[in-house]
Amino acid sequence: MRHIVSLLMENEAGALSRVAGLFSARAYNIESLTVAPTEDETLSRMTIVTSGSDEVIEQIIKQLNKLIDVVKVLDLSDGRHIERELMLVKVKATGIFREEMKRMSDIFRGRIIDVADGSYTIELTGSGSKLDAFLEAIDKTAILETVRTGASGIGRGDRILKV
Amino acid sequence: MQLTGAEIVIRCLQEENVKFLFGYPGGAVLNIYDEIFKQDKFKHVLVRHEQAAVHAADAYARATGEVGVALVTSGPGATNAVTGIATAYMDSIPMVVLSGQVPTPAIGMDAFQEVDMVGITRPCVKHNFLVRNIDELASTIKKAFYIAASGRPGPVVVDIPKDVTAHVGEFVYPESVQMRSYNPVLKGHSGQIKKALKLLLEAKRPMIYAGGGVVLGDAAEPLTKLVRQLGFPITNTLMGLGGYPATDKQFVGMLGMHGTLEANMAMQECDVLLAVGARFDDRVIGNPAHFFQNPRTIIHIDVDPSSISKRVKVDVPIVGDVKSVLADMLQLLDETEKPHNAEPLKAWWQKIEDWRGKNCLKYATSSDIIKPQYVIEKLWEATKGDAFVTSDVGQHQMWAAQYYKFDKPRRWLNSGGLGTMGVGLPYAMGAQFAFPDAQVACITGEGSIQMNIQELSTCKQFHLPIKVILLNNRYLGMVRQWQEFFYENRYSESYVDALPDFVKLAESYGHVGMRIEKPGDVESALKEAFGPSNKERFVFMDFITDQKENVFPMVPNGKGLSEIILAEDL
Ligand SMILES: Cc1ncc(C[n+]2csc(CCOP(=O)(O)OP(=O)(O)O)c2C)c(N)n1
Repeated sequence: MRHIVSLLMENEAGALSRVAGLFSARAYNIESLTVAPTEDETLSRMTIVTSGSDEVIEQIIKQLNKLIDVVKVLDLSDGRHIERELMLVKVKATGIFREEMKRMSDIFRGRIIDVADGSYTIELTGSGSKLDAFLEAIDKTAILETVRTGASGIGRGDRILKV
Repeated sequence: MQLTGAEIVIRCLQEENVKFLFGYPGGAVLNIYDEIFKQDKFKHVLVRHEQAAVHAADAYARATGEVGVALVTSGPGATNAVTGIATAYMDSIPMVVLSGQVPTPAIGMDAFQEVDMVGITRPCVKHNFLVRNIDELASTIKKAFYIAASGRPGPVVVDIPKDVTAHVGEFVYPESVQMRSYNPVLKGHSGQIKKALKLLLEAKRPMIYAGGGVVLGDAAEPLTKLVRQLGFPITNTLMGLGGYPATDKQFVGMLGMHGTLEANMAMQECDVLLAVGARFDDRVIGNPAHFFQNPRTIIHIDVDPSSISKRVKVDVPIVGDVKSVLADMLQLLDETEKPHNAEPLKAWWQKIEDWRGKNCLKYATSSDIIKPQYVIEKLWEATKGDAFVTSDVGQHQMWAAQYYKFDKPRRWLNSGGLGTMGVGLPYAMGAQFAFPDAQVACITGEGSIQMNIQELSTCKQFHLPIKVILLNNRYLGMVRQWQEFFYENRYSESYVDALPDFVKLAESYGHVGMRIEKPGDVESALKEAFGPSNKERFVFMDFITDQKENVFPMVPNGKGLSEIILAEDL
């Protein structure tokens, strides 16, 4: 099963590689990993999308907790949560594509953030599946480049991950 | 107080009451070595290879329970230390390894003797640090000792760039450590403990399985009390030997791949299993699917939550320090009315006695060729079962575990988790430094001993009266055994040719060398080696043993515990 795990860890050199190293050393799946400092700059927040049986996920949570730099771990998939990912897509915007791409971007509530002679760059946020759906919906041959951040997640309501 | 980084390192070690520092000098640590020269609060032990420094520090920790400390230089010194660090990591040994690093401005420039020590050791340490600034030096070392020794212990590496050892900074050694990210749980959950005790008291076929956590957690005493009060059978893992007195009748021997029939069968057939400071390792329970063919309720006490339900699903997990949890359990037992389960328990013991009656450790004795098992039995007698015994890895290790009956914890020092050949001699050094007057025996093979044979020189320098018990079968015996069983006797590269004359080798270092070739001489030779005339001497005993002896019983790799093979089956 797919799980989305959030964690807070000390914002120290090497902390990220400890987490990444743990996943590779123990052969855990990792679909995406995002990390950035929080409003408290001594802490970083990481969102990891992974998958595995219940036993494997239980081990992942325990092993993450065992890392000395990790302050808190929460399996967001255990409860109600929101997941968002950002994608930038550069598409061909010539001929028929120019109108078509604008239209598709509007339908998916994207924004065109760079306009050039032959291309647009579209910014889209949403769940991973919404971003997938956009890529499915547009003409494959129009896609010049894509970049995705991987998912960030947060609990709904009073599910709060804080020190 | 303003001190240089090197002075701070020394002061930190003194604050931590370090008595021995095992190390080897080199460019990046010369400032530190200069300060070692000027002090006399702790002793520096110069080894002959960094791997041995780390093993010796590890053994010092195993034997005493204190944090072992090693110091190595950058680059090759650091990489030589890695096997020692991984060995300690796998067995959860509290240790601090200080490594030199190239000066901070040179980091990342492929400088002379630069390696990314923090990167290399990351997967085999409990934690590691690169000290980038003199202001962090003392607090980092303090943290390193704290992390190494608390919770589930483990090695911590502190990598110190050379310029940091030269810079001057204010020295304040922190009184204590507070880390929001690291707070090991020590006290077990009382509700869980209650539940566990109830299950144990209602069990019809109870079994207790105790591992290295009992030894490391200094919990042998409460464990022994609990086991005696309950009257249940108990087994120890390879790492747990000595956690319960092996000469006691409730002890059914070691379990696992080379465990006894009674221990393995009782594990398989029990209805309630109490696991204490053990981790259901693959060498211990064999194939987990087979293990689960028999239903049983499992209670697991461990300080490390990630050890619980890792390989086998546990019914009653109790996270906490084993000593504290066992003490709580004992107290609860005192207050609890005991149900009458005497009848089923008696029947269970009868079953165990039947297995025990098979005498699975029986071996064919011989009057012309030395049987390795016999040497261990005689060693046990000659040392009155009270020596510190270290071993390397292989058949001799298993025979040592099977035939030397450890009654006390911290007496049996071996590499269980990583299975590192070459630990035996440096482990003996660490134990002998810790207990200069104790008898220390290193049981080894001619393959393993040659992996750190250079330490004969360290033993000479420090006059260590270690006794090496070499079970010389001219084979990498354990490899040969597997090749005999699973590769149709194709002994690929397992014959050890071109052996040195170990007697002369030992003598060349100024040690006593003995070669023993006849079973009739084993006892007298051991008596002589451990007798008063050799009390101060390092004695190297080369026992020429039966070449093709195998270790039994054996649970083949991937098989279940009850698929155990006895010597008599073949
Ligand atoms: C460093 C290392 N290399 C290889 C092995 C694999 N190995 C396990 S036991 C063994 C043979 C050990 O031979 P010896 O020391 O002579 O002991 P014996 O089995 O003959 O008692 C080997 C090679 C190991 N455990 N450690």
